[in-house]
Amino acid sequence: MENIGALAIMLAFCLSIYSVAASLVGAWKKKPFLIASGERAVVAVWALIMLATGILLYALVTSDFRFAYVAAHSNRDMPWYYKVSSWWGGQEGSLLLWNFVLVWYAFVVVIQNRKRHRAMMPYVVATLMATQVFFLTLNTFPASPFQMLAQGQNIVEVQDGNGLNPLLQYWTMLIHPPILYMGYVGFVVPFAFAMGSLITRQPGDQWIFTTRRWAIVTWIFQSTGVLLGAGWAYAVLGWGGYWGWDPVENVSFLPWLTSTAYLHSVMMQEKKGMMKIWNIVLVASTFFLCIFGTFMTRSGIVASVHAFASSNIGNYFLVFLVLGIALTIYMILGRLDYLKSEAELESVVSRESSFLFNNLILLASCFAILWGTLFPVISEAVTGEKVSVDAPWFNRVNIPIGLFLLFLTGVGPLLSWRRASAAGLKRNFQWPFIGMVVFMAGLFAMGVHHPYALMTFGLCLFVTWTIAQEFYKGTSAIAKKESMGFLPAVVELTHRNTRRYGGYLVHMGVVIMFIGFAGAAFNKDSTVEAEQGKTFQLGRYDLKVTGVKSGQTDNYVWQSATVEVAVGGKPYVTLEPERRIYSQSQQPVGAVKILRKWNEDLYINFAAMSSEAQKPIIQTYIFPLVSWIWVGYWVLLAGSLVCLVPSKVKLSYARTEVVGMAGKHEKVAK
Amino acid sequence: MSVTLKFGMVIVLVIGTLAWIAIGGTGDSASYFKTIPEVEKLSAAEKTKKLRVGGIVETGSIKRTGNQVDFVLVDGERKMNISYTGNEPLPDTFKDGSQALIDGKMGDGVFHATKIAAKCASKYEAKPGQNYKGNGSVYVKQS
Repeated sequence: MENIGALAIMLAFCLSIYSVAASLVGAWKKKPFLIASGERAVVAVWALIMLATGILLYALVTSDFRFAYVAAHSNRDMPWYYKVSSWWGGQEGSLLLWNFVLVWYAFVVVIQNRKRHRAMMPYVVATLMATQVFFLTLNTFPASPFQMLAQGQNIVEVQDGNGLNPLLQYWTMLIHPPILYMGYVGFVVPFAFAMGSLITRQPGDQWIFTTRRWAIVTWIFQSTGVLLGAGWAYAVLGWGGYWGWDPVENVSFLPWLTSTAYLHSVMMQEKKGMMKIWNIVLVASTFFLCIFGTFMTRSGIVASVHAFASSNIGNYFLVFLVLGIALTIYMILGRLDYLKSEAELESVVSRESSFLFNNLILLASCFAILWGTLFPVISEAVTGEKVSVDAPWFNRVNIPIGLFLLFLTGVGPLLSWRRASAAGLKRNFQWPFIGMVVFMAGLFAMGVHHPYALMTFGLCLFVTWTIAQEFYKGTSAIAKKESMGFLPAVVELTHRNTRRYGGYLVHMGVVIMFIGFAGAAFNKDSTVEAEQGKTFQLGRYDLKVTGVKSGQTDNYVWQSATVEVAVGGKPYVTLEPERRIYSQSQQPVGAVKILRKWNEDLYINFAAMSSEAQKPIIQTYIFPLVSWIWVGYWVLLAGSLVCLVPSKVKLSYARTEVVGMAGKHEKVAK
Repeated sequence: MSVTLKFGMVIVLVIGTLAWIAIGGTGDSASYFKTIPEVEKLSAAEKTKKLRVGGIVETGSIKRTGNQVDFVLVDGERKMNISYTGNEPLPDTFKDGSQALIDGKMGDGVFHATKIAAKCASKYEAKPGQNYKGNGSVYVKQS
């Protein structure tokens, strides 16, 4: 069976090379049969990878420890769903997951576009499959998931595997890696269409319209993946944070920044025919940053708290990245004539310029994070001394960026195209601005003196106000004209232009998340070696450890501390943070207990027993407003789903041509 | 003033401010990667810098009292006493024999850690040629 798996991978590898070649030669020699054969090869590769994946999953679920991968990442007593998730518990498996997701996307693209985009498709297929070739190379040669352990005389058979890293045995880890991969691999599709459009010298923005939905869907997956990672870090890693600017976190965030920038700047191209080169650059950057992210997590080039081993596959990635980027730059430079902007910027205060600054600031953040992450590598190359920068540096740079972005979120959508008038500015922003100032003064009087937190809360109110104002204006107009109730009018309004009002909802989600981030300014913590029955305090909570229990399951032994929490002398809640030692890996893992409330989380970690006195060491934290982050995510998700609903009113964007040049440009907006 | 010039000025202003913030912060937050023998040779002035030291946690050396954790970090022959009083919980992977990266400053004979990162060396990802150790049985990987 293992041989069939290995053979399937190898065949898939050969066929994807064939698919690239057939598509390119077919397009070059204009042979439709070759092109069709290249597309069918995609389907064959899909089937082969499904087969290989099926075999690996079967081995995992049936605990077939002849497989080196199964022995290293699974064990008998794990529940079946963790056995399945061992699929991406290690290097070989996660690369197979890459291949799995990528081939699904390629398959869907081929099926969807059987009859469309015939000129572009061979190049789209070639781009998709070239990426596939790269990842299959990894799975075929240096990182095969089908390596077997030796069997025969004098070799003891493996009775049980090492087990999945216990930190990964948590529900979000069942879905976080696949979702993140779906988001990152997904950007290969817009990239492939961009490349196809460049190579075939498409005059229009065909690739943008084709991949708009792809971009939004993969962006949803990216956002979800990053947030799930944050949620996992918060609830499992036990350092009480959702974000620590660790290299692995950083590289997962980078493509999100560029794809967010892309989703905004693409509107400039759709509506005004501007920023064409820029959009291609953004799509390509997102794609390469996804590859780069996989490279960083898999190669161990920068020390990370995530337990990924250093390995020998880094060079493969470097070669692929360098070749891919060089080819992309060559393509763009060769096609500059087709990417000319159709309009010019007219004023610093306009919708266009707000998009420009949004992009500038997102990219600045992306660059800063990349710089900070690679700082040890850069400094070693330049000065010979390895220097790293820590979380406070990332916060120092990114908090101002975040605040500026929040400000643009409120201002940008309300500015008029081309040039905003003073009267319009006053009409739109007078009251939100006054509201913001009054609110900030009020908060200051109530004792909120932290400058960044104060600014965040103020801006959050400002943005919320402007969004509410937009909904109110549109809704009351519709309610009056169609004589509807207010609520149906809100639905009607959103349905008429789903991308605009869905976009506002996404912005609202971001605002709610920012409120949650700002809460971190008021975190409190304490660490005590707890005497049994003796009360200690944190904030308004009185805590007391009343006992330590222990026990055992099939998978781990555990010890838990019973912590009774009282508020104002009244018993409030009892939490039992736990420590586990997993039997197969002998890895200790803390299981924190969190009391989640809308205004703050009470977070208790049972760190260890003290060495001499053998008393539980209890770390208690108060994290204000953290729940807002998760709520904000749901709003963001709802908003992005609204964006995917087709608008009821078919909007045609009249592209505003530069006035006075109409003679030269006859094809002014229809 | 032309529009391009205006845009140029705003962009330079934004990027300049960010670069200023970033560069200004680098000095405060930079940690220098050093090995234990290198730390021992540092001059008094250099010892005041933030350092990042790597090594193996000596088995049996971890002592926890109250909010303080003391342990010994080993790098080949050399050893270093480390004391941690930070408010972040130590990672679960921090235990006897794990590889650790310690951020902090050198004090009088003791290294005061502010952050500890750790990973279990080659536990989950044995390199080809290395033996797996699982459940007491030793087995060889076919390559």
